[in-house]
Amino acid sequence: MFLIKCPFCGERDHSEFSYGGEAHLVRPKQPTELSDDQWAEYLFMRKNIKGLQYERWNHLHGCRRWFNMARDTSNDKIHSVYKIGEKPSK
Amino acid sequence: MSNKYRLSSGGEINRSEIVSFKFNGKTLYGYKGDTLASALLANGIHLVGRSFKYHRPRGIFSSGVEEPNALVQIIKDQGKTDPNLRATQIEIYEDLNVISQNCWPSVNFDIGAINNFFSRIIPAGFYYKTFMWPASLWKNVYEYFIRKAAGLGKSPTKKDPDIYDHSYYHCEVLIVGAGPAGLMAAKTAAKSGKKILLVDERSSFGGNLNFSNKDYNKINDQTPFDWIKKTYQDLEKNKNIKILNRTSVAAYHNYNYLIMLQNLTDHLPDKDKKGKIRQRLWKIRARKVILATGAIERPMIFDCNDRPGIMLSSAVRKYVNTYGVKCGENITIFTNNDDAYETAITLHDKGVKIKAIIDIRDNSDGTLPKKCIDLGIKIHWKSTVVYTEGYKKINKIHVMKLSKDNNNVVGNKFKIDCDLLCVSGGYTPAIHLFTQSGGKLEYNEQKHYFFPKKNTLNQISVGSCNGTFGLKNIISEAQEKTNEFLNIDQKEQFNVLEPKGEKFENIWLLPTNKVSGKTKSFVDYQNDSTSNDIKLALREGFKSIEHVKRYTTTGMATDQGKIGNMHALGIVSEITNTKLGELGTTTFRPPYSPITFGALVGRNVGQFFDITRKTPMHDWHEKNNAKFEDVGQWKRAWYYPSNNESMYDAVQRESKAARTKAGILDASTLGKIDIQGSDASEFLNRVYTNAWSKLAIGKCRYGLMLNEDGMVYDDGVTTRLGENHYIMTTTTGGAATVMGKLEDFLQTEWPELKVYLTSVTDHFATVSVCGPYSKKILEKVTQNIDYSDINFPHMSFKDGLIDKIKCRVMRISFTGELSYEINVQANYGQSVWEKCMKAGKDFGITPYGTEAMHLLRAEKGFIIVGQETDGTVTPVDLQMDWIVSKKKYDFIGKRSLYRSDTMREDRKQYVGLLTNDPKEILEEGAQIVAEVKNMPPMDMVGHVTSSYYSPNLNKSIALAVVKNGKKLKGKKLYVPMPNKTIEVTVSDTIFLDKEGKRLNA
Repeated sequence: MFLIKCPFCGERDHSEFSYGGEAHLVRPKQPTELSDDQWAEYLFMRKNIKGLQYERWNHLHGCRRWFNMARDTSNDKIHSVYKIGEKPSK
Repeated sequence: MSNKYRLSSGGEINRSEIVSFKFNGKTLYGYKGDTLASALLANGIHLVGRSFKYHRPRGIFSSGVEEPNALVQIIKDQGKTDPNLRATQIEIYEDLNVISQNCWPSVNFDIGAINNFFSRIIPAGFYYKTFMWPASLWKNVYEYFIRKAAGLGKSPTKKDPDIYDHSYYHCEVLIVGAGPAGLMAAKTAAKSGKKILLVDERSSFGGNLNFSNKDYNKINDQTPFDWIKKTYQDLEKNKNIKILNRTSVAAYHNYNYLIMLQNLTDHLPDKDKKGKIRQRLWKIRARKVILATGAIERPMIFDCNDRPGIMLSSAVRKYVNTYGVKCGENITIFTNNDDAYETAITLHDKGVKIKAIIDIRDNSDGTLPKKCIDLGIKIHWKSTVVYTEGYKKINKIHVMKLSKDNNNVVGNKFKIDCDLLCVSGGYTPAIHLFTQSGGKLEYNEQKHYFFPKKNTLNQISVGSCNGTFGLKNIISEAQEKTNEFLNIDQKEQFNVLEPKGEKFENIWLLPTNKVSGKTKSFVDYQNDSTSNDIKLALREGFKSIEHVKRYTTTGMATDQGKIGNMHALGIVSEITNTKLGELGTTTFRPPYSPITFGALVGRNVGQFFDITRKTPMHDWHEKNNAKFEDVGQWKRAWYYPSNNESMYDAVQRESKAARTKAGILDASTLGKIDIQGSDASEFLNRVYTNAWSKLAIGKCRYGLMLNEDGMVYDDGVTTRLGENHYIMTTTTGGAATVMGKLEDFLQTEWPELKVYLTSVTDHFATVSVCGPYSKKILEKVTQNIDYSDINFPHMSFKDGLIDKIKCRVMRISFTGELSYEINVQANYGQSVWEKCMKAGKDFGITPYGTEAMHLLRAEKGFIIVGQETDGTVTPVDLQMDWIVSKKKYDFIGKRSLYRSDTMREDRKQYVGLLTNDPKEILEEGAQIVAEVKNMPPMDMVGHVTSSYYSPNLNKSIALAVVKNGKKLKGKKLYVPMPNKTIEVTVSDTIFLDKEGKRLNA
């Protein structure tokens, strides 16, 4: 049960948020020019790391804003949260 | 009243208030302040239950949450009962009615005890090995018997009438446990001014200090009891501290999120319970947590260590000091440490005879053993109990000397008569919550326990749960660590008197004079697993402690490693020659002590189970006999039976009326999203498969939305209200997820687009009127709208007025009929609906529900997302290539339509099906085959997605997805059903009005 610091609202309970998968995947600008394999790579392939992982989260039952989170999946420690378009703080 | 074992004075019970209660049908008496266990013991009753597997007689073993044996069932009104409660935790009240569990016909004579004689042939894994084959017996024979044999108490059969509550709480410091460590931590923290919550599972505070011997334990010259009372009173006065008793932390999650159960009325007489909340589930978020959960005394593992009358030494001390109850009159004590001597002295001082103390150590120079020697109590050093006698109550113990290396017994066996054996195998820190929170343990090789080593949370453990023993150590540690943890400086000097003597010797499995395998040395009383079961599991190749646990069931169920765990680990470690620290422990799972389902559910029962969304016209539907259908959280009018009509007849009538006269449908549940911004058109281009830029203001267009994988996700009509203003409709069920998906793309992929989305589903009520007379009805209802086809063609909208109410009328159709949808501010919904009904009366207007709507659209072959599609269907599969723009550079899902798999020609494709017999209606979901075989399996080529009898065509119609369906038109396929096979012909999906003439009829 995480306590997540929404970059817009501050610390809120886990139950207000929804998880949105891997972060920093950029939708190809010209999908039609990609091979099937390249498109499949973008569409289906996701990392599942034991350790520090970058993820998308949505403050669904709050401000409804999307943001990113750097989380260690081995102990659920949240290293940082940051807005879309920003880079994680080291 | 006969309280033969009650001492004439002493204890914390209220002797002026006598409480009567029933145990197995017999009325007994106790005092206010008694637990069920103490009251039974006062009446000389030890035998309370039967064991799980062998049905051996079992008695009260402990005095608290760790009780493995005395699980009982409280009987309330008919059908209402609480199973698996610990007699040691039930506070008695007038008219309490309790029965024993897991025995038949009675606890005194239990048929199941025959298992005891067969115990050699039902060892660990018996069920796994025996009930394997033949598989045909699984369902009717094995399951029946296993279910009969399994289980503890009986579950209630009626609805739970009690009220449960949930509460959320935030605090800076949560202190779990109000024993000496917890109280000391609270006392120290109190002065910090922080918001503190102190909880304890018991009804009174002080933990085990409460019943320690006052001659040997003192704090600042106060008796333990006085110190606890004074400390508690000071805390109670402090406004920063909230104190909850009868509150047990069930689970400790990450980020200091804890779940606790507070018992509010379980201890009250039935008449005082009425109308009050029974239990409250607390959800706590604490900045810092101080665990002071104490320690649990261990049993000793020897042959027949489970008889009634064998109890934990500390429990016996508690019964005499707190309840004034002596648990026996001829007492023997078996120990490996000094703590049990405090019990001996306490009992001796109360005039109870201590016949002998058996100690596995060769001596002890502690204060208490010395005192016992002075008192003339016989101590058998370097000895062990090898056997006990007495079926329903212990009456003898057999004792032998231990060999030098403790591996064997030597010399002659001798017997001691007794009616009680107190056992003390030392204390195990209660690290359950610590490990639940993700903490890592370390093993202390000298003292033989696991203790908290490392955790990542803002948390500390203090006192005996941290492996700190001795009153002085506990108090000073609690004070120092709390100061450091909270970064405060509240030091107080304590003058603690405590008995000396820390010598401790541990033997996991005591040696015996019997052949190994002939003993019943119980490791886990609750699950009836013995040391032999553990040995067997190891012989059969189970190595991991987690596997041994599962195979033998040791430490499972409500025990969760309270009593039956350390010895199992110890025995495994000895046999496998593995260090305990390397072996590790099993996982102690939440809840620490059982929680009722009622508390978990709280108030979310009955009508509050889920949110129910009703349209503004709901009352009208109800008054007009509508049957409702759940669509997501919405209640939608399903059909309106009149004069006891069947559903089939009502739907036929409604569907016919909608095409021949006029039908009216409540379409308010459709999702509505208001889209504004200078890039609104571009946004729609990207999210829908078709083009939007050229849609004129005032016009409507149907759109299909895909997932990025190319599969159909949602559909609906979007209307252009202005240059930069659209209103999108979505499916009823998809409204929230579509909104979420659009927001996701706007925020993360296309932040450069100037588009703003607002969900307006609840802001508008939508009345849909269709049929040949719909135009005439609308003309009567609305003012200032010209309904001529030139001014107001299909797929366009007009603003208008209904009296003084603004309305937006869209001419769009889901039935294929001439059809108008009136949108008004939601609160006018019902009045507009009623106006339409009134205006349509002369035209035979008929309200129709979702079922008729589905039938009508099926006649036209219109898809329903989620019925014709299931997340594996592309627009091309639906034969809707026309809606997929070839010109647009990109839209969500476009690239996926050109993957090799989505372009396969033998994908399941959308087709119509007609049965040979027009009266034969296919079953929705039925599988379709191309070739019928005598027996399944047959190769399935598709399935029926929608199927109805069409009153307008006078024949049955069906929609389906079939492999390569586009090319099968006119071909025969088969639908095998349990009793027959139905032949069908593949047809077009549009059954009625292919030219769309009715839209302008």
